Amino acid sequence: MGCGTSVATENQGKISEKAMKAAVLIQRWYRRYIARLEMRRRYTWSIFQSIEYAGEQEQLQLSSFFSFMLDNFTQLSGNGPDLISNLLEPEVSEGSRGAQFEGILVSDSYCGPRLSFPLTVSDTNALLGAFKAQQTLHARYLLQLLHETKKFLKQMPNIIRLSTSCAKEITICGDLHGRLDDLLLIFYKNGLPSTENPYVFNGDFVDRGKKSVEILVVLFAFLLVYPDHMHLNRGNHEDHIMNLRYGFTKEVMQKYRVHGREILRLLQDIFSLLPLATIIDDKVLIVHGGISNMTDLDFVGSIERHKVKSALRLPRQSFDHMGLEWERREAKGYQDTQSSGRSRGETTRKRRSRSRKNSSGSSSSSSSSSSSSSLCSPCGSLHPGPTPLPSPGLLGRTDILQVPFLDSVVAMATPHSREEEEWKQVVDLLWSDPKGQNGCTPNTFRGGGCYFGPDVTRRLLQKHGLRLLVRSHECKQEGYELCHDDQVITIFSASNYYEEGSNRGAYLKLGPDLVPRFFQYQVSRCTRKLTLHQRVSVVESSALKALKEKLFAHRSELMTAFQQYDEDSKGYISTSDWAKAMESVLRLDLPWRTLRPRLARLTPDGSVEYQSCFEDVCPGQPTIQISPNLAETLYRYRTDLEIIFNIIDKDHSGLISIDEFRQTWKLFSSHLNVDVDDRTIEDLARTIDFNKDGSIDFNEFLEAFRVVHKLDGKEKQQG
Amino acid sequence: MEEENKEAVISEIHRRIAEAFNVFDNESSKSVDVREVGTIIRSLGCFPSEAELHEMIAEVEEEEPTGYIRFEKFLPAMTKVLMERKFRPIPKDVLIQAFEVLDQEKKGYLEAEELKKYMTQEGEPFSQDEVEEMLSAALDNKENVIFYKDLVSKMTFEDL
Repeated sequence: MGCGTSVATENQGKISEKAMKAAVLIQRWYRRYIARLEMRRRYTWSIFQSIEYAGEQEQLQLSSFFSFMLDNFTQLSGNGPDLISNLLEPEVSEGSRGAQFEGILVSDSYCGPRLSFPLTVSDTNALLGAFKAQQTLHARYLLQLLHETKKFLKQMPNIIRLSTSCAKEITICGDLHGRLDDLLLIFYKNGLPSTENPYVFNGDFVDRGKKSVEILVVLFAFLLVYPDHMHLNRGNHEDHIMNLRYGFTKEVMQKYRVHGREILRLLQDIFSLLPLATIIDDKVLIVHGGISNMTDLDFVGSIERHKVKSALRLPRQSFDHMGLEWERREAKGYQDTQSSGRSRGETTRKRRSRSRKNSSGSSSSSSSSSSSSSLCSPCGSLHPGPTPLPSPGLLGRTDILQVPFLDSVVAMATPHSREEEEWKQVVDLLWSDPKGQNGCTPNTFRGGGCYFGPDVTRRLLQKHGLRLLVRSHECKQEGYELCHDDQVITIFSASNYYEEGSNRGAYLKLGPDLVPRFFQYQVSRCTRKLTLHQRVSVVESSALKALKEKLFAHRSELMTAFQQYDEDSKGYISTSDWAKAMESVLRLDLPWRTLRPRLARLTPDGSVEYQSCFEDVCPGQPTIQISPNLAETLYRYRTDLEIIFNIIDKDHSGLISIDEFRQTWKLFSSHLNVDVDDRTIEDLARTIDFNKDGSIDFNEFLEAFRVVHKLDGKEKQQG
Repeated sequence: MEEENKEAVISEIHRRIAEAFNVFDNESSKSVDVREVGTIIRSLGCFPSEAELHEMIAEVEEEEPTGYIRFEKFLPAMTKVLMERKFRPIPKDVLIQAFEVLDQEKKGYLEAEELKKYMTQEGEPFSQDEVEEMLSAALDNKENVIFYKDLVSKMTFEDL
């Protein structure tokens, strides 16, 4: 730096050089430290996402179970039809013209909001105040609100068109998932909806969070007060089957024991009446999920959207259009292919089987092939699975098998009826995700919709003269993300979605210039500022807990896999073998070698002590005396069973009869291809009939299959 | 026998590299954003300087840079790095010595401003964000200084 020639300057030069070298060293070291944290942050994210989507795939398994039962309808004995109708009959919607809510008495002791229709700002204020004070809206007012909302939505078009005239900025929010705190924070930062402050909420208002009901009430109330300045798009969670699994149904039933079912029935209709998309200034398209290469907005504008009640219930016509009769389905051949195709292995698809090369051996690694993933292919073509089909003439039969899986429908060259076409267009809008590479492929990760590339976006935007696609559906760490050359924006409004500190939420504002401005926030329970390391560690530990639970749920399969590599029963195997076993059993696309230090111990010579995988997790209540294998199966399917029991339990007493339990379990286990003999089921039923009165409190039963994390106590102390 | 072992070792290295790569390959496209490559290399246990990193990237980039690095090219280059044990970790004492060089008065600590100046002006400078983050983790709140020996110990421990 200096340009003098004295010795002093020379020395200075030497010191400078030393300082520079030292600085480089420190910077090298620190950047490596940050890179490690970044890796941990990323794999934590991968863990959450792959478990989440694995859960959604299991949900499809449930849906396929329903279809399986439907298919086997005729095979069931006398008792069968009742059970089946319990499980499958869509709720009989009485001509709900009758304003039944009027008959509901509101006692004087109720101190929550009493709404008066038509609603005004004082009602919305009252609601906000009440919910902030943890109150619940009385069923009578809730039902009335829902009736009015349904009436209102019926006259909305499938696609709402807005304009930013009068220099109004429109605020667009993404997924809320029952997080009332996030909604309140948005209103706090951005102001309440009003004629001066219009909002669009882009779907997924419910499920997962604990205040889905409150969110709906607030959103619907504002909808009725400001019908031209408040707009709601349907999300993939505005779907009664999704709600059975992801918590909304439970929340409603818990908050409204008497009127819950009626509320849910109304909501089923309301959800299907929500508009599918919003377009601003003919330039900005807003949908919950995304698009596919088949998306046709003009067609979408013309469909009967209320007919698509759930993405997980295919139009019945699809069966008939296959042109097969009932008798054929009962044929043994069908049964065999059916059961061999249903083992858990292939129904859980790896997240990564997205690429068009089917070198992804992952998706078809089990021997039996009627795996739905083998039917996956780029939109527009159909490849038969690797198993030899009985005969070409029976190809249709395999199609039927696979039809309940969303991806196979997507893989069909052409939907066979108008109803199917409508269903597919809706599912594409609500379930698709953008991807970096060109093209359009079935979204096998989620099991519904497509992955659409930049070319698909470009084409659609051009076709309709649009400039921008705003969507939600995917959690983003910063609350929002741009892709496809900034033509696609993902906006996600539920902060801390996976865990305290996992991500920010965001909303965006569009003025007449249609240049988006983003606003981020994060609901925070603790005011102490955390370092990056602390933030990463908190979220990581939560992800690892979830992962360890999965390990526990697959313990016997994992042990079998480990032992295959450990012929001498030494208790340890190489890291490579351990990783292979984890990969093949769990089918989660995670960096096992990188995760190993967090999951299992090493012996002094560097091998993995595989038993140590299961040390941190143990069953909550070892009170029920049943075999470990059965326990594990029950644990794994706990959520599905919960859903089924809740459906069977029509009067929501929390009790079902032993007979119903036995039948359900039998059907479910045969569908899962789990080997449980009658005797075991009998014993199980009798064991859990705690009162010996012929009925089972299934909530107690399910409680027994919770796990406890042994390290939790310690963490809580440090917390 | 030795050949077999060597193959097994290489095969395991390949899998480790593939795993790390996949964490950043969100779309299973077998390629990652070039800006993530440094993180991947570092997460595999290497301590390259920025200059060394750029050299490596130049090696694995396409002839006409696309902004993406393909796994096909990355794998052999990274395998070589790991087999040759390039970019080795910095021993703790060497690191502390480096801090001591900056701590000309041998106080045992560095003022926040001092460290900030060095990190953003010397060597391969940090961005504003990088230095802010380092300070937030390093600072002793009461006295607004960084006791670098403690810092090194703490971060080495956290790094697992």
